[in-house]
Amino acid sequence: MSLKDLFSIFSKNKQSSKDIAKERLQLVLVHDRATTNTDLLEDLRAEILQVISKYMDIAVEELDIQITKTESDDGENMVPALVANIPIKSMKNTR
Amino acid sequence: MAEVIVITSGKGGVGKTTTTANIGTGLALLGKKVVLVDTDIGLRNLDVVMGLENRIVYDIVDVVEEKCRLKQALIKDKRYTGLSLLPAAQTRDKNSVNEEQMQKLCENLKKEFDYVIIDCPAGIEQGFKNAIAGADRALVVTTPEVSAVRDADRIIGLLEANEMKSTDLVINRLRPDMVKTGDMMNVDDIIDILAVSLIGVVPDDQDIIISTNRGEPVVAGNSTRSGQAYRNIALRLTGEDVPIMDMDEAKGFFGKIKKLFSKN
Repeated sequence: MSLKDLFSIFSKNKQSSKDIAKERLQLVLVHDRATTNTDLLEDLRAEILQVISKYMDIAVEELDIQITKTESDDGENMVPALVANIPIKSMKNTR
Repeated sequence: MAEVIVITSGKGGVGKTTTTANIGTGLALLGKKVVLVDTDIGLRNLDVVMGLENRIVYDIVDVVEEKCRLKQALIKDKRYTGLSLLPAAQTRDKNSVNEEQMQKLCENLKKEFDYVIIDCPAGIEQGFKNAIAGADRALVVTTPEVSAVRDADRIIGLLEANEMKSTDLVINRLRPDMVKTGDMMNVDDIIDILAVSLIGVVPDDQDIIISTNRGEPVVAGNSTRSGQAYRNIALRLTGEDVPIMDMDEAKGFFGKIKKLFSKN
């Protein structure tokens, strides 16, 4: 057993650098893929509008959809998140 | 049926030119008629990597501007039967050629060769668009680093948007020792992230530097790991089913002995 192996036993909690690299990459690529593909966000926006409009009147001009990052549930990592801010004008009568 | 293959990456310095030189030479060694096309206008390098820099008379811009015939610009490599190079222009820029001209050039080259291998410049601008314009399939080169993988992802997206029929990944400069200690992403990590098919893994190898110094592609030698990896990629391009080689395999006789002892 080399000194390096011995060391790694004591630092078991430490994440390997390749796992950090992989995590960071996955996060940044979610963002890259969403922002470089302008069609994707536009299509998503149009379809969300379509669905929500069935149930409520919304302020279409103020609709804001973004791909962003947020803390994971355990608070340990950042995870990608889709954040949509959709101001409601009124509910449709669905009774 | 001739095939046009573009070697691309997005990021610079990951080994596009070396990959082009070795895959092309590898295919020629398999008895195919191959032309290497350098589309990195203004920053040509495929000529020096191939050791053909002293034989350039005309270049790709001369051909598209019809200042010479295609045959006049092609440099026949005397060492490897069937291999030719169409060099880039050094004193012009990427906008000297457009996509239609590249498509036409590729069509003409397809009549004379089995494989047209295009060395793409770094970046996603006109040079990239030109390089992929006439291509039937793409090989994306990356290294196991965050910057290169990120750029590879972008390139794969752009190739899809441009309706490239087939895209495969070459992972270059893998270091098995660092993969072992968890300090380098392994092949599965990279495939997992990029979700693309793998066509080859080339280990980091100082023989590449030595062979480039000499202007002799490493694939032509017999004893190097990287040369073997490139030979395998060439075989896979011809449709042969060759397994990805075991990167851990110790190199040479002494390596094997060392491994034998270190195992226990």
